[in-house]
Amino acid sequence: MSEVANTIFTPETAARFDHLVTIYPLRRSALVPMLLYAQDEVGYISDAVVTEIAQRIGIFELDVRNVLSYYSMLRTKPAGKYNVQVCTNISCMLRGGYELLDHCKKHLGIGHKEVTADGMFSLEEVECIGACCWAPAVQVNYDFHDDLTPAKMDTVFEMYRSGQGKDVK
Amino acid sequence: MPALVSHPDEVRVLSKRFGQGATDIDKYIELDGYKAVQLGIANGPQWIIDTMKASGLRGRGGAGFPTGLKWSFVPKNDKAKYVLVNGDESEPGTCKDHVIFLHDPHSVIEGTMIAGLAIGAKMGFIYLRGEYRYLLKIMEKAVADAYAKGYLGKNIFGSGIDFDVITQTGAGAYEVGEESALMESLEGKRGVPRIKPPFPAVVGLYGGPTVINNAETIASAPPILLMGGEAYAKLGSERNGGTRLFGISGHVERPGVYELPMGYNLKKAIYDVAGGIKNGKKLKAVVPGGSSCPVLLPEEIDVGLDFDQMGKAGTMLGSGGIVVLDESVSIVEFALRTINFYQHESCGWCIPCREGTDWIKKTLTRVHAGGGNKKDVDNVQYLAENMLGRTFCPLGDAAAMPTIAFVKKFRKEFEEYIEGKRVEHPLIAIKPLGELVGAAH
Ligand SMILES: Cc1cc2nc3c(=O)[nH]c(=O)nc-3n(C[C@H](O)[C@H](O)[C@H](O)COP(=O)(O)O)c2cc1C
Ligand code: SF4
Ligand code: FES
Repeated sequence: MSEVANTIFTPETAARFDHLVTIYPLRRSALVPMLLYAQDEVGYISDAVVTEIAQRIGIFELDVRNVLSYYSMLRTKPAGKYNVQVCTNISCMLRGGYELLDHCKKHLGIGHKEVTADGMFSLEEVECIGACCWAPAVQVNYDFHDDLTPAKMDTVFEMYRSGQGKDVK
Repeated sequence: MPALVSHPDEVRVLSKRFGQGATDIDKYIELDGYKAVQLGIANGPQWIIDTMKASGLRGRGGAGFPTGLKWSFVPKNDKAKYVLVNGDESEPGTCKDHVIFLHDPHSVIEGTMIAGLAIGAKMGFIYLRGEYRYLLKIMEKAVADAYAKGYLGKNIFGSGIDFDVITQTGAGAYEVGEESALMESLEGKRGVPRIKPPFPAVVGLYGGPTVINNAETIASAPPILLMGGEAYAKLGSERNGGTRLFGISGHVERPGVYELPMGYNLKKAIYDVAGGIKNGKKLKAVVPGGSSCPVLLPEEIDVGLDFDQMGKAGTMLGSGGIVVLDESVSIVEFALRTINFYQHESCGWCIPCREGTDWIKKTLTRVHAGGGNKKDVDNVQYLAENMLGRTFCPLGDAAAMPTIAFVKKFRKEFEEYIEGKRVEHPLIAIKPLGELVGAAH
């Protein structure tokens, strides 16, 4: 049974949250992980997510929003099913990161932080994702794709379109 | 999945298990895993600290502080103490911790236990950057396997000592890699630094004494205890013990993460280990230790890769991420991309960092777009020099130092760019130097 009577989360996630708040010396330490798991499930940090997480931790909603707005991976609007994050930071830039980003924009017909009409993909230009030695690199949800070219990127898109890609969970 | 590379000059201490399936706990044990922590239990905290001191290991997170000394600073009171492993790894050009989490997760857990034994902590946290959530799954499984074997939890190895490990990730913020911001983040707050002193060794996580180390530093502890401090120290150079994972990226033939002895020659690392400049082009510049380290010219790279030699060369060893630029790169564009990062990641607390990075970015953006005037180069240098040492945390310096080096070492290129690219209308108005700069906008 979940700590919260009318939880918006699945039973598995609710159980995970019940556990998360108990493992740290302070309940509040569970906040960032909870926001990420909530986002994985709901797709973004909705008002309902903010309300329930504030309740679960025992802090104000404002405290949650304050933290939420600090971290670049947390979003308050839905992304595509597959969020394509293209790194253009220095190591990637040197090996074609910007060309790759342009290619993705053209291929998907969308710009930075936009979502395709069918909701399948969203696109983001991001800072270094820690794959510099395998540049240029792209992260789709939590999966890394490296040593890319525009042609290889098309194969990656095909993979997700045909349902072979991993969802966030 | 990142490809593994190798070169005969590598000395494999940290990377010895890479590619051997050591994510599996039994394989890890077969390859000497969890022996060092038992040795630590048998010999006690003082022995661990002495061995770490003798090893000459210096922190792999960037600043190069001696690890044994850091551990010895923790007061011996009965407050709850913590170990915090910094796997935030967000300095552009750096991906070495990535490889450790991917191939040898148990070495981080074992290292955390050893640090815990040394300072008397009963709890350790392993904090990965948010983008590494696929690696978190690997770490979580490793931690669960260690609990299942009874290596973590109550009464570890029958010693009467309890030790727990908690793993988690951030959610995207470079600044959270700064140690006090990391503690804030772990406590569920915005990742903004704390005022120091007090230092974490005295007042850290949840108010308790805390040791914070980079993931590679922590993963170095088990092999050090096994081979002995002196033997480890001998692998490296003077005052810089052991080996280190160097990430070589950019315009080289064989980019990758290589384990080289401390003090290894930078030029050799680029030309021999990483196969030289891609497509036979000419070398233009090297950013030697992640994006915050001042750039080196080709004639400056005949230097040993350790904290002291790099310091003498006017730059830093930093996070060990070597970024190589060939002749085709525009330094104007590269400098702009670098400052763009720091502007984006500034937490906004101090004015020199918040306004300085923003103003430099605006100026370089205009220069890059063709609207620059020659005073811009002076302005950028002036702004960056006035940020140095005037901020609460070192992010301000991390932004200023590379900027100063770019404009000093490539001033001619900036000026020629401005001359050659002059367009009619400047994109933003700028006041003449003297009246200037920074605060006004
Ligand atoms: C802006 C900023 C970002 C940092 N990012 C990291 C990081 O991602 N990983 C890391 O280990 N240290 C990082 N550091 C350094 C840490 O503050 C700290 O010095 C280090 O984790 C200590 O570990 P060590 O002694 O093992 O190097 C950063 C520092 C600053 C100022
Ligand atoms: S230097 Fe920059 S990042 Fe660091 S505390 Fe100041 S504003 Fe924040
Ligand atoms: S610069 Fe692109 S992953 Fe680091």
